[in-house]
Amino acid sequence: MSAIVKVGDIHKSFGSNHVLKGVSFEVNKGEMIAVIGASGSGKSTALRCIDRLETIDQGQIEVCGIRVDDPKVDLHLLRREVGIVFQSYNLFPHLTVEENIMLALRHVKKMSSDEARRIAMNVLEQVGLAQKADAYPEQLSGGQQQRVAIARSLAMSPKVMLFDEVTSALDPQLTGEVLRVMEDLAADGMTMLLVTHEMAFAKRVADRIIYMHQGKVWEVGDGSMLDAPRTPELRAFLDNGL
Amino acid sequence: MFSLDFTPLLPYWPTFLLGAWLTLKMTCVAVFFGLILGMLVAFAKRAKVPVLTRVCILYIEAVRNTPFLVQIFLLYFGLASIGLRMPTFAAAALAMTINIGAYAAEIIRAGLESVPRGQIEAAECLGLSKWRIGWHVMLQPSIEKVYPALTSQFLLMMQASAIASQISAEELTAVANTVQSDTFRSLETYIVVAGLYLVLSLIIKLIAWAVGEHLFKRRRAIRLAAKRAGTTPPDSQRIDTVIPGGAA
Amino acid sequence: MSGGFTSSHLVYLVQSIGWTLVLSVLAFVLGGIGGFCVMLARISPRAWLSRAALVYIEAIQGIPLLILLFIVYFGLSVYGYQVPALVAAGLALMVYSSAYLGDIWRGCIEAMPKPQWEASECLSLTRWQTLRLVIIPQAMRLALPPTVGFLVQLIKMTSLASVIGFVELTRAGQIINNSIFQPFLIFGLVGAFYFVLCYPLSRWSQSMENKLNVSNR
Repeated sequence: MSAIVKVGDIHKSFGSNHVLKGVSFEVNKGEMIAVIGASGSGKSTALRCIDRLETIDQGQIEVCGIRVDDPKVDLHLLRREVGIVFQSYNLFPHLTVEENIMLALRHVKKMSSDEARRIAMNVLEQVGLAQKADAYPEQLSGGQQQRVAIARSLAMSPKVMLFDEVTSALDPQLTGEVLRVMEDLAADGMTMLLVTHEMAFAKRVADRIIYMHQGKVWEVGDGSMLDAPRTPELRAFLDNGL
Repeated sequence: MFSLDFTPLLPYWPTFLLGAWLTLKMTCVAVFFGLILGMLVAFAKRAKVPVLTRVCILYIEAVRNTPFLVQIFLLYFGLASIGLRMPTFAAAALAMTINIGAYAAEIIRAGLESVPRGQIEAAECLGLSKWRIGWHVMLQPSIEKVYPALTSQFLLMMQASAIASQISAEELTAVANTVQSDTFRSLETYIVVAGLYLVLSLIIKLIAWAVGEHLFKRRRAIRLAAKRAGTTPPDSQRIDTVIPGGAA
Repeated sequence: MSGGFTSSHLVYLVQSIGWTLVLSVLAFVLGGIGGFCVMLARISPRAWLSRAALVYIEAIQGIPLLILLFIVYFGLSVYGYQVPALVAAGLALMVYSSAYLGDIWRGCIEAMPKPQWEASECLSLTRWQTLRLVIIPQAMRLALPPTVGFLVQLIKMTSLASVIGFVELTRAGQIINNSIFQPFLIFGLVGAFYFVLCYPLSRWSQSMENKLNVSNR
């Protein structure tokens, strides 16, 4: 199976804070990988490095054959292959839901208005929000906004999607609708890498789970890893219900 | 006991209207170019080029901390002293443009800085170019947020246009000066002119409101939806005159 | 070009700064008192008073200071009062300031949270006591940056007093320029002097505002 994302021994420091201390993993095509860990373990940082929102100090990152750590990397090319969804949705408040999705389609992929609208309505149907196409973000609930954010990234037909704690800012009752969308995406064969606190979801849906601790990959396994943790750190993490 | 007598002013009403029109014209020209200048300076100041930032700061602070009267004298007489004789209307409009540019730059900059970093990141991750991000994600919502502050500033500028009369530019106050010296009804003339400025202010506020309604469909849509639902729309996103305005 | 810029010219300019400051302080103090009254009227529960104050503010804010200055100056003279330019300018600036300061301060008072009023009411403080002891002390923090900002505007606006012949900094510059015609040098200097007066105040206002915003976050 081909690896879409290859992370090789990356190191990253913020000032004197050594956040990533040699992290390596691979994500194969069609896989869904969940990354768990306490805050400060470096999991969000690692995710952000993959889409070059942060630059690494050491190591290599390769996405769809593109060397992300190369200082001369073609960011536009990279960002067409990678879709990312953030914890705070980051929808554009002055545009309608439909316009939010169409913006990049029209100006990055240079599509016509009609084509862009067709794709926008398509992805909105996928996430179950076709009827909200003309609404503005502030008129939607958090869960709905997050689903729109997923649709916005999905519309660009990325090869891999990154999810950075996308349900952490949501009320528990709104989390479900977002997780359902993500599960559907996985079933459709999307390659996904998510940083999450939703253990039950990870156990059920993820192909592999990576547990990070203090900047390193501590344990890797499938869902059963959460029932029988091998390391005391993972055990403590799970016991704390974090 | 002196009593106000407006009758000698009656034959001058076309002159007054002409003066009002000239003031409106001058203000609109200055606002148009001043806004563009302000946008450019706002972005230039945020660009990571230290020389550019320092020049922008110098420009903004120099304009905001000196009187408009002195600025217009400096421009008009200064240029004349090196042989550049401009028509007074152009000199006045230019001085006003430079003045508005500085205030608009600060107002727009405040708007730009209030755009959450996350939205810029999201736009970058969607592959949008720097220019597209600047226009779609930063400038558009910023203008909407700072629109009230911008319109107040433009109104202040219209009033500052009166100062252009001091270099004999053709506008409403200059007209007033001429009429009052013809009729010897100085108090009445200036009262009439004050009334005309108030009318002009109203006209500009109306135009600004209409432009706002047209440009910012979001506000209209949200207001309509809230009315239908019977709730009041939130107005949490506005930045009102945070920057102390004032042109003169 | 007759003669050059001499040191006596410079002294003349610097002395005129004194008059600029006198006019500014006069207008600020008197306008402040007026503005306080306007603000009280504006927040008054008596509708007619509030509306009258609103009309006053809207009217003064809607006309150029120059026109107001002419109205005061010519108004006084047609009614037989021959006043020195300082008085006319001071009066006009005072009226102008009272409207703007009244509006600024009203905004600050109205920004104070309703619960503060309710709490005082429940302690059976009168409206005036509430204002004096609870609301205004809190509103002052909020009001300081825009008030200092307005003071900067006021100092710049004293330049218009030159139009009715009051010899402050700008007029002094005009007088010198009329004799030796070196506008870049003279008005550049005049601008620099205004800058020296205004910039520290502007920065102070800005830093106060920044501190307020940080604490509000």
